[in-house]
Amino acid sequence: MPKDHGIGASPKRREDVRFLTGAGNYTDDINVHGQAYVHFLRSDLAHGKINNVDTSAAEGMPGVVRIFTGADFEGVGGLPCGWQVTDKHGEVMKEPAHPVLAQGKVRHVGDPVAAVVADSLEQARTAAEAIVLDIEELPAVVDMGKALQSDSTKVHDDLSDNLCYDWQFGTDTETTDAAFKGAAHVTTLELVNNRLVANPMEPRVAVGDYSRANDEHTLYTTSQNPHVIRLLMGAFVLGIPEHKLRVVAPDVGGGFGTKIFHYAEEAFCTFAAKACNRPVKWTSTRSEAFMSDAHGRDHVTKIELALDKDNNFLAVRTDTMANMGAYLSTFSSSVPTWLHGTLMAGNYKTPAVQVNVKAVFTNTVPVDAYRGAGRPEATFQLERVIDMAARELGVDPIALRRQNFITQFPYATPVAVEYDTGDYEATMAKMEELMDLGGFAARRKASEANGKLRGLGINCFIEACGIAPSNLVGQLGARAGLYDAATVRVNATGSISVMVGAHSHGQGHETVFPQVVAEMLGIDEGMIDIVHGDTSKIPFGMGTYGSRSLAVCGSAMVRATEKIINKAKKIAGHLLEASDSDIELKDGQFTVAGTDKSVAWGDVTLAAYVPHNYPLEDIEPGLEETAFYDPANFTYPAGAYACEVEVDPDTGKVTIEKFVSADDFGNVVNPMIVEGQVHGGIAQGIGQALLENCAYDENGQLLSASYMDYAMPRADDIPHMASYVVDHSCQTPCTHNPLGVKGCGEAGAIGSPPTVVNAVIDALHSGGHTHVNHIDMPVSPSRVWAAINGQ
Amino acid sequence: MTKVTMTVNGKAVSGEVKGNTLLTEFLREDLRLTGTHVGCDTSQCGACVVHVNGEAVKSCTMFAAEADGAEVKTVEGMANADGSLSVIQQAFQEYHGLQCGFCTPGMVMSAAALLKDNPKPSEAEVRDYLEGNICRCTGYHNIVRAIMAASGQDVPAVAAE
Amino acid sequence: MYSFDIQRPTSVADAVAALATDEALPLGGGQTLIPTLKQRLSAPSVLVSLSGISEIKGVCTGDDGALCIGGGTTHATVANEASAYPGLAALAGNIGDPAVRNRGTIGGSLANNDPSACYPAAALGSGATIVTNTRSIAADDYFQGMFETALNEGEIITEVRFPVPEKSAYMKFEQPASRFALVGVFVAKYADGVRVAVTGASEEGVFRWTEAEAALSSNFSADAVPAAPSGDGMISDLHGSSAYRAHLVAVMTKRAVAAAS
Repeated sequence: MPKDHGIGASPKRREDVRFLTGAGNYTDDINVHGQAYVHFLRSDLAHGKINNVDTSAAEGMPGVVRIFTGADFEGVGGLPCGWQVTDKHGEVMKEPAHPVLAQGKVRHVGDPVAAVVADSLEQARTAAEAIVLDIEELPAVVDMGKALQSDSTKVHDDLSDNLCYDWQFGTDTETTDAAFKGAAHVTTLELVNNRLVANPMEPRVAVGDYSRANDEHTLYTTSQNPHVIRLLMGAFVLGIPEHKLRVVAPDVGGGFGTKIFHYAEEAFCTFAAKACNRPVKWTSTRSEAFMSDAHGRDHVTKIELALDKDNNFLAVRTDTMANMGAYLSTFSSSVPTWLHGTLMAGNYKTPAVQVNVKAVFTNTVPVDAYRGAGRPEATFQLERVIDMAARELGVDPIALRRQNFITQFPYATPVAVEYDTGDYEATMAKMEELMDLGGFAARRKASEANGKLRGLGINCFIEACGIAPSNLVGQLGARAGLYDAATVRVNATGSISVMVGAHSHGQGHETVFPQVVAEMLGIDEGMIDIVHGDTSKIPFGMGTYGSRSLAVCGSAMVRATEKIINKAKKIAGHLLEASDSDIELKDGQFTVAGTDKSVAWGDVTLAAYVPHNYPLEDIEPGLEETAFYDPANFTYPAGAYACEVEVDPDTGKVTIEKFVSADDFGNVVNPMIVEGQVHGGIAQGIGQALLENCAYDENGQLLSASYMDYAMPRADDIPHMASYVVDHSCQTPCTHNPLGVKGCGEAGAIGSPPTVVNAVIDALHSGGHTHVNHIDMPVSPSRVWAAINGQ
Repeated sequence: MTKVTMTVNGKAVSGEVKGNTLLTEFLREDLRLTGTHVGCDTSQCGACVVHVNGEAVKSCTMFAAEADGAEVKTVEGMANADGSLSVIQQAFQEYHGLQCGFCTPGMVMSAAALLKDNPKPSEAEVRDYLEGNICRCTGYHNIVRAIMAASGQDVPAVAAE
Repeated sequence: MYSFDIQRPTSVADAVAALATDEALPLGGGQTLIPTLKQRLSAPSVLVSLSGISEIKGVCTGDDGALCIGGGTTHATVANEASAYPGLAALAGNIGDPAVRNRGTIGGSLANNDPSACYPAAALGSGATIVTNTRSIAADDYFQGMFETALNEGEIITEVRFPVPEKSAYMKFEQPASRFALVGVFVAKYADGVRVAVTGASEEGVFRWTEAEAALSSNFSADAVPAAPSGDGMISDLHGSSAYRAHLVAVMTKRAVAAAS
């Protein structure tokens, strides 16, 4: 019988009512009295030298409040990068300036050159058209291989070349080379992890406001982490101390990573609100989002897998070029390194794993974390090369994985992380059961009767979530701690406000977090509200990304609630004239152990705030506690995925006919929400595998600049409900956080792309197209057709 | 400026609009009905879907002046008269058919339009009908289940897989 | 968008008069024009909305048996009411998405002549007659290349007359992002021969695949469809090469013939 409340239950989401009735409060719904609007004049060239920006004709146009150019920001800091990577020679990465508005050069299509603030948006746009740009076009650097050639044009003239860093990690070269030399078989695969655009359905918005009365700035913004924005913008860009800067992220319409970062438009609106003495609002259009939101992925990789004569994995070696785009976005440098290299062991006990990454500047939009961030890149290459090895060796891809699974925990990988727990055999077996592999041959035959090729793809994955242990990431170059925080404020009547550093933009924290507190206190969930998204209300927490909210912020909330319980027991002990060590809390009642003497939750909370009969000599009045939680390790969700595809050999079109995910997320607080997260992740993974492609031409023009050319997954791209199962029944609880949870937000996006591509290759081989060993994502109809036909 | 008069969620409203004022802008800015969202500028995402004279339209791709005299219904008008959630809204909540909530108003309006014309759609019909509504959070699975359930068809309970 | 006025005439005559203003543009359903205006790619002084003109809306059968569709008729209405011409009704019912079909009109689509739009294939593939406020234009003369038509400035499509074939079908292979036709083929079998019109593929816009027409006129079966045409002059972009599009022309033609009813 499933629980109907507390941990493990799936109550209806309380936030749904406002979203379903149009009562949500998103940033674009916020209008501050007297606000002006900004339009950014963005470069339509990928690379050019700014000779002059002549705003004189535009200045006097109707409605214009003020026009800003790069010169207005010369005394202001640039957008910072939050992670310093040290390369294999011990050199720190190259870190070019990233001005709020372009200075000297434009470096990608969409780079903001000027900003027009006007009474209305249309007036701002019209005035922007009157700005005369004298920009001398320079050759664009788009292809990473060409960018690394010594004669390449440089994206940043003050740097020696376009190489941000040349990083090496894991097993040393001598050991790795020896393992390859002694191998019975080596499989090599070159592949591309396609550039993607995160595309939360709510475009970014920023509203800056300034109060002369107390010199206070307020920024309303579409962010996953308002405190991170306050920290970065206040300390590094605008020089505003924390107590004079409030950042509010109200209802946010999806993030997927791209709303982690601190963006120029946020700094601009905050800056301009003071400069213009008027609130300033910016609302991105979707077209603008394509050229100003940080993109994701964009790796070009060569991976080699060495096996012994018994098909045991001996070594993995990868060599990747990772596109940084034109500037370093907030966490860009960490994605191809610490979020990617550390996962290259996968689920396997490979003794030698070496990861090489060159990060490259190009004249494209900056690239940063997108759902999964580094871990999809690791999983994709590893699981593709294993599949290819199985095919080359003529062995069953499931058996090959199984034989190489890590089975003993904790397990220290050659790539610096220690998996605390897991059971890869369990998720594999669950996947096999749910997938009905025994029926595959018959299903393939049925497809063939319809002129279609059917393929089966399977895949395992592991990820590192619950980001992150601060002392570890500090050694690795992180410039901030990655703990989180929660304040549990119990009110006099017993109702509770929990202020959390995590931010909910779809994940359902407002429902899930109270489930935990209610379970711990034995009170009704309806008595508990979550407060998030406003730096003036919440403790200094680092926000939501990397599947961390429950594992890190939830742990802080548990710790704070434990403090509440300890104090409440002292109060109850006083009221019951018993030692607090004898007090038990159950179902919202404090009882003296072994007696029928008890006081109710509400009696204790009232006593805390009306301390007439209260141990004032021992404890303070009030009942409010804060805890910061810094995780001891990452968490390691893992799983096994499988799908069956049909390929139409006449058109190359791929359809997904069956999909199963078997995940191990440790303990699950709200199964409904976990499944929803996996559904969403899988849809994005299917999108990456089959549809999504952010493409530039050789001149750095963005070819997929709207939904007309960037293919978003739609309802009919996803398998039907009868042939689609997401399972999370295999649970090995995390050993180091109090809830035993691991995180579920990214798994679907990590586990599904290789599953789909493995299935397509299997389908093509079944149709005799055995020359096709790989197709780069997105595996679009035209690419499948071209592969079949050797084009 | 042109004067427009229309009925929105059962109430007569009027206002002065420019020729280029979109219906979305009139709803969001003039009437402060901010439940209708704008997620793209190429008429594809469907976050702005409302009903005009009973038909689903993209309110970001229609001028306010063209809705002069029309009956308009937005997500704010979808609850029952007593304020309780309608069957469709309830099903979205019951089946976890929304996460961030941004596409949700358009999804609800499209779902209502579908079920008006096709009270018992097949799963394939639901998926096909949602071609003009993009959701980035849910992977559509639970949206489809919610719409099927709202049409009175059997759908397995949420989190029971 | 730039500033402009909007007018809503209720008769063709008033619309024609309104369109005489400098830089006036007709507004059909707006499903293509409004996004264009948002990008500031067009700067009309006046938009003349045709949506209030009831005389150009609706579906009926003419004296000669042709299906007559008013230029202001939405795709949704055609899908629901053109049952006399099932191939055409099915085509209309699969343009864009439901909300787009409730606004977009046949006249607007044909006047725009997007090289990936569906209706041009139906009009050319049926040998339809495009009727305007001043004249009748045969489909063979009407389409003049990408976004180019025989329409003069200020001329309004009031009606499209489709001779109803014995059998027809439209097969669209969708571009994955826009869901417009990457290649769409409309096949119509008439007593005096077969017409095959292709959209989405050619840099010149919709065209008749005459080789296939000849082959199918003597043997209306999928097997009779000739080998793929040359890729010369076919569109090549992010979503498919010219060779791929040429290949799809043959595949979609076969499928349309097989599906024709």
